[in-house]
Parts: sequence; structure tokens; C-alpha cells
Amino acid sequence: MGVGIDVEHLNAWYGQTHTLQDINVKLPANHATALIGPSGCGKSTFVRCLNRMHETNPIARATGVVKMGGIDIYKDAEPVQIRRRVGMVFQRPNPFPTMSIYDNVASGLKLNGFRNKKVLDETVERSLKSAALWEEVKDDLKKKSGASLSGGQQQRMCIARALAVDPEVLLMDEPASALDPVSTSKIEDLIFQLKSQYTIVIVTHNMQQAARVAENTGFFLNGKMVEFDSTHKIFTNPKDKRTEDYITGRFG
Amino acid sequence: MTTEEDPKPTLRPVLVAAPPHDPGTTPTDSITAPVSTIRRYLMSRRSGAVADRIFMGAMLTCALIIFAIVIFIVWTLVIRSKLSLHQFGFRFFLHSAWDPVNGDFGALPFMYGTIVTSLLALVMAVPLAMGVAIFLTELCPRRLRTPISFLTELLAAIPSVVYGLWAVFVLVPIMRDQLGPWLYKYFGWTHLFEGYNFGVGLLTASIILAIMILPIISSITRDIMLAVPTSQREGVLALGATRWEMIRTGVLRNARIGIVGAIILGLGRALGETMAVTMVIGNHPDIGTSLFAPGNTLASVIANEFSEATGDMYLSALVEIGLALFLVTIVVNAIARGLVWAVTRGTPARAH
Amino acid sequence: MNTSALHTPPPGRDDGPLHPGLNMNSRWIRINRARRYAANHLVTVLAIASTVVVILPLIAILAYLLFMGAHSLNLNFFTKIPAPVGEQGGGMANAIAGSGIVLAIASVLGIPIGIAAGVYLAEFGRGRMLAAAVRFTADVLNGVPSIVMGIAAYSLVVVKQGHFSALAGGVALAVMMVPTITRTTEEMLATVPNAIREAALGLGVPKWRTVLSVSLKTASPGIITGCMLAFARVAGETAPLLFTAFGNQFWSFKLNEPIAALPLQIYVYAISPYDEWHRLAWAGSLVLIVLIMVSVTLVRIYAARGMMKGAS
Repeated sequence: MGVGIDVEHLNAWYGQTHTLQDINVKLPANHATALIGPSGCGKSTFVRCLNRMHETNPIARATGVVKMGGIDIYKDAEPVQIRRRVGMVFQRPNPFPTMSIYDNVASGLKLNGFRNKKVLDETVERSLKSAALWEEVKDDLKKKSGASLSGGQQQRMCIARALAVDPEVLLMDEPASALDPVSTSKIEDLIFQLKSQYTIVIVTHNMQQAARVAENTGFFLNGKMVEFDSTHKIFTNPKDKRTEDYITGRFG
Repeated sequence: MTTEEDPKPTLRPVLVAAPPHDPGTTPTDSITAPVSTIRRYLMSRRSGAVADRIFMGAMLTCALIIFAIVIFIVWTLVIRSKLSLHQFGFRFFLHSAWDPVNGDFGALPFMYGTIVTSLLALVMAVPLAMGVAIFLTELCPRRLRTPISFLTELLAAIPSVVYGLWAVFVLVPIMRDQLGPWLYKYFGWTHLFEGYNFGVGLLTASIILAIMILPIISSITRDIMLAVPTSQREGVLALGATRWEMIRTGVLRNARIGIVGAIILGLGRALGETMAVTMVIGNHPDIGTSLFAPGNTLASVIANEFSEATGDMYLSALVEIGLALFLVTIVVNAIARGLVWAVTRGTPARAH
Repeated sequence: MNTSALHTPPPGRDDGPLHPGLNMNSRWIRINRARRYAANHLVTVLAIASTVVVILPLIAILAYLLFMGAHSLNLNFFTKIPAPVGEQGGGMANAIAGSGIVLAIASVLGIPIGIAAGVYLAEFGRGRMLAAAVRFTADVLNGVPSIVMGIAAYSLVVVKQGHFSALAGGVALAVMMVPTITRTTEEMLATVPNAIREAALGLGVPKWRTVLSVSLKTASPGIITGCMLAFARVAGETAPLLFTAFGNQFWSFKLNEPIAALPLQIYVYAISPYDEWHRLAWAGSLVLIVLIMVSVTLVRIYAARGMMKGAS
């Protein structure tokens, strides 16, 4: 089951650039939230702040409070611990090229020292099934390398890899933007199924995708979250004029 | 799945499975399902922050060892040459004597030998290296390119002692019996080819040195020529240049600085080359005007005499020569690398 | 004036003037063009000639080695130690074994330090000044003449121990391996796409584990290549061993005693007056060259294959 995320007064910088300005939002548990907005307005930065990946960049900085399941992830926990409870799927599929499909999916566990083979086998199978990839790769799990699959399959494998560690939150940064339409729709179906079990935050450029998949949507513009509301409201009756302009395609 | 509706301001989401959620209510804060084995396992693992720091410390230490090595080398060279530095000062390098028995040391003959052999080697190697580089980058048919560049890499991989061995048994007889007399006959007027010719000497050493530094000059020149953008070449060709004119103005002119760097790098290599030179230079601590004369270089005198040096002053003098060699090669190499870097700007270099 | 002369080609020349008033076929232009083409041909010839001249010594050396050394490569060569002067039938077995020992010491010391320093530069030091300084120093170290390294190892080990030793030789060679391995490790790690590091970090894998199991694992073909190159380079080095390992006419497996090494033995034999020893020197050189050439070729093949596998 997922947890809710409370964000209060989140600010983020890359060097001198103030990329996120005073974000305040509550993302509900077990729901999918979409983040939309033009390129470079801070959506990815925001998502990366949710699992402290923002910090991996030496010139990056963040202040504010982000609470997951009641825990302040900046004050009360180490980044590594947070990232074990929050899964992340990136824009481009990034399988580990030296590992087989099995090892890729199990990597979150194996690289953290988990050894129980039986549980690993079950987990890999379960995750691949959740990612709707099981049928396609079940015979080649240990034979094929993770990098030998097609783009769409790779991304689904990355989703399986993220799911294997049984996270409570799933962050997805434009997961389907590098994929063909068939793969994209498969992934959207996936997200639709998964949101009952996890809290999902999905960044997307594709407004139709947001509409299809998420219950809530946040609109980012120039580092600020201009509006956050149910998807239905955002797309039919947005409060802010800028949101409306974006939705109707006047810019971005 | 979804149909792209429309240009109108209202966009209807076609698929809305859950009822619109009111963000005003408090979201669930806690986990409502039993925690799985995996989650429990992962939550129990330590964050590895300590291990991270230890790991980084270990890597950093090893990186610092590189500093330690250089500092140690400088320190030990200075300390162990103190005796000689004190006794002779800088006159050491302007003084021409090498008398271990009486304790009189002067490194001028070795300076002379090093400079003459290195410069002569450059004079011989640079044109050839340029020719090879031009051939490989501009003229060579594609299929021949790999084998020939592979061969030049092999040249670079041959150990110095093997070059020396070949030089002793092949080059020296040629010099003594064929090349030497020929040079004396046609170029004796330059007074560079006087005296007895036993086959060993400055000229032979220069030749083998030239063969040894050729691959590195050629290889770096090639890298630099390849770094010149094709647009430069095409621009010149479009003006109606012949291929040589294109190479001269489109490539070499741009690569001038880097090529100078390559040459200086070759010089640096020549200065430090020890074994092959030692085997064919004749090992005579004297300055001879003839190119046939035996001599010595800074590196070869150390190679020859270090393990048998008796007496602290003797050893100290040799170490001082080592110190000089060290400083000179560092400066030369630093200049060379600076020039090469300025041109290639960090484009990945092939391993040479 | 008969203006038609300007528009019709003068008798004897085929191409007409493109611009009236500028005769493209003037004598000067023709001579100049011929000169330019001649220069072009000359340079082409010179370039090809230089390449031939350069390849010649290589072929000559290899041919000579083969010719002079191959017939001495019998069982004796690989199993016996040098015979007393004047006797036949000795070998260079002790030198080959000695080289193996010294190189093993050098590898054990040099490879881990080199790789670790490279890991620091690539994974922890990006953009930091310290890393730039280390990189610069490694390049400087690469240019230090090998005989000076020998002096340093002499100071560090031989003087302290009071005698020549295999350990000293190993240290001298290790110090030569470190800068090369550091730079190639760093370069190979830089080719690992940052995306997969992020993938591992995103899964909650601690940084040290990421570096070991992801970065190093992906870059390992290239890193191994770099180590092999460094190994091949020091395998042929003689100068640093002259007063560290010093050489030994007999079997020696102790780390604390002078030990024979192949390049060292070749040197001693080459400058000796004995024909029998010359023969051994040729054979030894052939062995050395074959080993080095095999390494270089393996490296080329392995690198080409490994690059494609690791970087996809």
C-alpha cells in the first residue's frame, strides 16, 4: 500500500538557479498524480526531490519539508533508506547492461544483500507480471542481457525493477516519452493498474496521458506549482488563467 | 484508447476510473497493509553512510599516493645528491670531467651527449613521422589503415633493450662498414665525420633513438590531425586546392601548435631513453666533435655506473644527474602536453 | 580592331576564355598549375616513402629476431639456467621465472592502487580541483624516465634493506604502472553512462556498492585492457631493474634476494663478449617480443569487443 506525501515550502537550487520556488502540495496515497507543465519548469526537479536524488548532483541544494508517511525524509532519514521505499522510473530506460533480465529486476534486492533465492525468484516473477512483461521474457530471464530488449520492454523491465523492492511510492519521470505508441499505451495501462497499490507521481508532457491516468494533476510553471487539483477540474475548469492557457495549447 | 478530442478549451478525460478526489482531505499517512518480507528486509538494512565514507577514504588515499610518489622521488633525488650539489654547485653541469678515482665530477659531456643525440634523433624522426601521419590520415586507403597503424603501435611496444640488441648486432656493423665510410666520403667536408669509426657512437645512438621516438610523434600528430574538423578540409578543397595544399593549409596550419607539442613530447621521450642508447653510444665521458665519436648521455651514464658506484660522492654525482634528468623531462613533457591539450581539448586520446 | 579575337580561342589551344580579358590558360597559370600538381605528387610519394621507411625497421627487427632467435628456443631454453661461460646448453629459465615474480609483485602493488585512484578521479572527484591536480601529477609521472624510477626504488627499498631484491624491482615497476592504470581506469569509468548510476542510486543502493557493482562492472573490459597495456609496457623495462632487482645467474624465488629478469638478462648478454650468450639474448628477445605482441593484440581485440558490450 502507498503512503501520502506532504510537501511544505520546498525550494530547490542548481547552483545559483532557483529551480523550485516554494512548493506546497499534498499528494494523496494510493492515487496517481500527474505533473504537467512546459519543459524546464521544475517538474523533474520536484520529483527528484521526493526521493532525494536531487542531492546526487554536487551543485544541487534543497530546503523545506517533505513528509512521506509522516517521516520527514530530509531530517529523519538517510537518502539511501528513502530510496529503498521510493521507486523511480526514468525518462530513458536504463537497464544495467552487464546483468541479465533476472539480475536487473532483482538488482534492488541483490545489490542490497538479499540472498534468499526462493523469494528472489518469486519477486522477479511477480514484478515482471505486474509490469506486464512476464510472458515475453519468462524463458530468457537469465540468458538475455537487460540491454538486449526493445525500448518498450526495457522500460517495463525498469518498472518491474522499481516494483521489485516493494516501494510505497512510485515516481515516474516521463516514462513513456522515449517510446513508441504501442509501448506507451501498455505502460499507461500498467500505471492504471498499479495505482491502487502504490502512490504514483508521474511527470508527463502529454496532457492526454495525464488525463487518462491520474486522479490529480499539478501544473508547474517556472518553478512554481501554479495549480493542483483533481484532473477533471484542471482540464475542464482550471482556476488559473495560466493553467488554462497551457491546457489549451497557447504555449508550451 | 483515447480519442484526441479537440481544440476547444474543454478537454474531457475519457477514462476516469476513481471518483475525483478532493485534495482537501488528509491523505493516508500510514501503511495499511501488512509489511512484506522484502520491505521489512530493506528497512532493516543500514544506510551505508559509514561504508560510503570509508570507501571514499580508501579511494582518496590511493589517489593521494600518486602525489606521495612524486614528492618522494623529488625528495630522494635532492637528498641523495646533496653531497654533490654542495661540492660542485651548478658548475657541475658546465664542467667537463668524470674522474671517480680523484673525486672530480662534471656532467658537461653527458649534457652534450644528450643534447646532440636527442636533437639529431628529432631531425631524423620528425619528417618521417609527419610523412607517416599524413599518409595515414589523408592518403591511406581505408583497408590499409588498421594494419599499418597497428604496425606503428607495435613499433612503440618494442622494449628498449630489444632495440638495443638489434642495434648492436645490425646497426653497428652497418655503421662501421657501410654507412660510416659512405658518410665520410660524401660529407667529410663538414668535419662531422672525423676520427675512428667503430660503429658505436653519437650517430648510431641518434639513429636508434630516432626509430624509437618516431611512433609517438606520429601517433600524436595523427590524433591532432584527426581533431581538425572536416569543414576546414572541405573549405580549402572547395577553393580548388590540390590535396597537398589542402593538407598544408586546411589541416597542418590548424594543427601547428599540437604538432609542435607532439615533437616536444618526442623530445621528452628521447631525453629519457636509456637502454638502447647505452648499448650503442660507446660509453665514453668525453666531448667529441665527430658524430662517430663515442659519448654518453645523462641516462646512459647512470645506467652504466650506478650499481658499481663506490663512494658517496660518486653516487651523489650520479643522483644529481638523475635529478637534472628528472627536472628537464618534467618541464619538457609539461610543455608538450599543454600544447597538445590546447589543440585536442580533451577529446579522448587513443591509448599509445 | 578585330574584336572577334577576344572571343575565339587562339589557334592551338582548346578551351576558350571564360571571361574576356582574363585568359585562364595563360602561360603563368599553366606553369603554376603544373608546379602545384607536381608538389602534390611529390608529397604523396614522400608520405608513402616515409611510411615504408618506418615499417622497414620494424620488419627488419622482427625478422632478425625470428631468424637469430627461433632456433634457440628449445626445451633447454625454457627449463635451464645459464650455463657457465664456454659451455653450451644453458637457458634463460631463471630470467623468465624471475620476470614473472617481479611482474607479479608489481601488479599486486600497482594495479589496485591505480584502479582505486582512477575510481576516485571518476566517481568522487569530478570537477574538484584535487582531482585535476591528481590527473596532472599522474601525467607528469608517466613522463619520468624509467631510470629515475629505478633510483627512487633503490632509495626506498634497496638502501633500507641493504641489498638488491625482487621486492625492489617490483616496487620500481609498480610505480611505473600506477599512472597509466589510473588514467585508463578514469577514462573507462567516464564512458559508463550516468543513467545507470542513477538507476542504482534510485533503488537505494549505497554509493560504494554502486561504484563497485555497477560502474566498475560495466567498465571492466576497458579497465582490464588498461591493466594489460600497463603490464605489457613494464614487462619489457630494463632500466629500473638495473639496480633494484639487479639480476641473478641462478634460480631465485625469494623476494628479498637479487633476482633475474628477462630484459635485464638480455641486456647483460647482449653487451657481453660471448657468442653463446648472444644467442640466448636473441632467443630471449624473441620470447619477450612475442609476449608483448600477444598482449597488444589481445588488448586490441578485447577492447573492441568489450567496448561494444559495456557501453550499450
